Amino acid sequence: MANTRDIRRRIKSVKNTSQITKAMEMVAASKMRRAQQAAIAGRPYSEVINEVLVSLRDRVDKESHPLLAQREVHKTLVVLLTSDKGLCGALNTNVLRDATLLNPSSTLFVAVGRKGASFLARTGRQMIADFTLPDNPSFLQTKPISKFCLDQFLSGAVDQVNILYPKFINTLVQRPVNLQLLPISIEKADGMVPSPNASSSLARPIKAEKESEQELSETGEYLFEPSIESVLNAILPYSFHFEVFQKILDERASEQSARMVAMKAATDNAKNLVKDLTLEFNKARQASITTELLEITTAQMALG
Amino acid sequence: MATFHLEIVTPEALIFQAEVKGVIVPGIEGELGILPQHVGLMTQIVPGELRIQQEGKELRMAVGEGFLEVRPDRVSIMTEMAIDEAEIDEHAAEKAVALAEKELKDQTLSHEEIALVQSSLLRALAKLRVKRRHHN
Repeated sequence: MANTRDIRRRIKSVKNTSQITKAMEMVAASKMRRAQQAAIAGRPYSEVINEVLVSLRDRVDKESHPLLAQREVHKTLVVLLTSDKGLCGALNTNVLRDATLLNPSSTLFVAVGRKGASFLARTGRQMIADFTLPDNPSFLQTKPISKFCLDQFLSGAVDQVNILYPKFINTLVQRPVNLQLLPISIEKADGMVPSPNASSSLARPIKAEKESEQELSETGEYLFEPSIESVLNAILPYSFHFEVFQKILDERASEQSARMVAMKAATDNAKNLVKDLTLEFNKARQASITTELLEITTAQMALG
Repeated sequence: MATFHLEIVTPEALIFQAEVKGVIVPGIEGELGILPQHVGLMTQIVPGELRIQQEGKELRMAVGEGFLEVRPDRVSIMTEMAIDEAEIDEHAAEKAVALAEKELKDQTLSHEEIALVQSSLLRALAKLRVKRRHHN
């Protein structure tokens, strides 16, 4: 049986650890609330942009704009969103596992987040840029990232731009998703953050949506000012920048949620460990008292 | 009186959503008035003053760059900024104008940064324009 002093020392160290993980859990919880709010706040905007793109879809020739035209894919650029710091459970591992499945010779990477960058360096992937962002990035701070990808795409260096990130489903679940961003495929209706609790005030029945679209195409009257090209040239890059921003906010919300859950689990584990160790400590203490008593009585009997 | 549904959204929030009689927006080609039964339209808007006409009153807002879409069932305005006249802080806007002008004089900025400062200058000027007109 272990010595009581050793056990006491271990209990103390486990308690200290649990204090630290508890503190980290609290910090992650408050950051998570902010990150989730930021991710949800962009929803109405992203819905309207999407609707506009959908209503533009039938009126433009898809091959006419470089951001819409499908090209034969030789090289793909993947924006890899990960966290900067660890201690957030399996979040990064799950995303990076998906990244290993991509073909190393035809995939170029842009890393956002230190974990992804060090993974790419370690596995010898083709990383062409590495960005780091603060905890609550603003639209203007993420714009250089999307601008970089846009330039790569327009210059022909890559034929497709994807984003690989942990999609925020809810506080407990984050799923890695590999989504195509460029060329912009307007067909996809969803590119938005699922909200954990807020119901969108903009949600409209899909049927009504269809009807209004029909109405539009029947009348066929739709003006573009100053011209369809200039409107497209403005709105397409804008929607791409916004999409990247939204995904980054999503990643932040996922990261903080995963961290909070991981730290909560760690705290709980530490508490259980303290309980087990205390039990063991008491057993050891009792055993030593019993032995001592035995020794005393034996000695007394011997003296007679 | 005929009305139509208007919504104004920014990346941060849904700013406005209601039935209105008309709206006047700062379009890229000049001021643009939208009334009910307007033909389908898609255009860019520039930083400036947005006026919403409702039953018996008029709301004024300062808006930033963005887009306007008119559809038979509704009108959507997407913009990077939309601030109600009452919420505009004149002093803060003045300060922002002064700061942006100073930064533009400073030659050390990169291309990207200049674009950034210019757009923030335009936004601040739009706010001031809305605020001051009301007082005159």
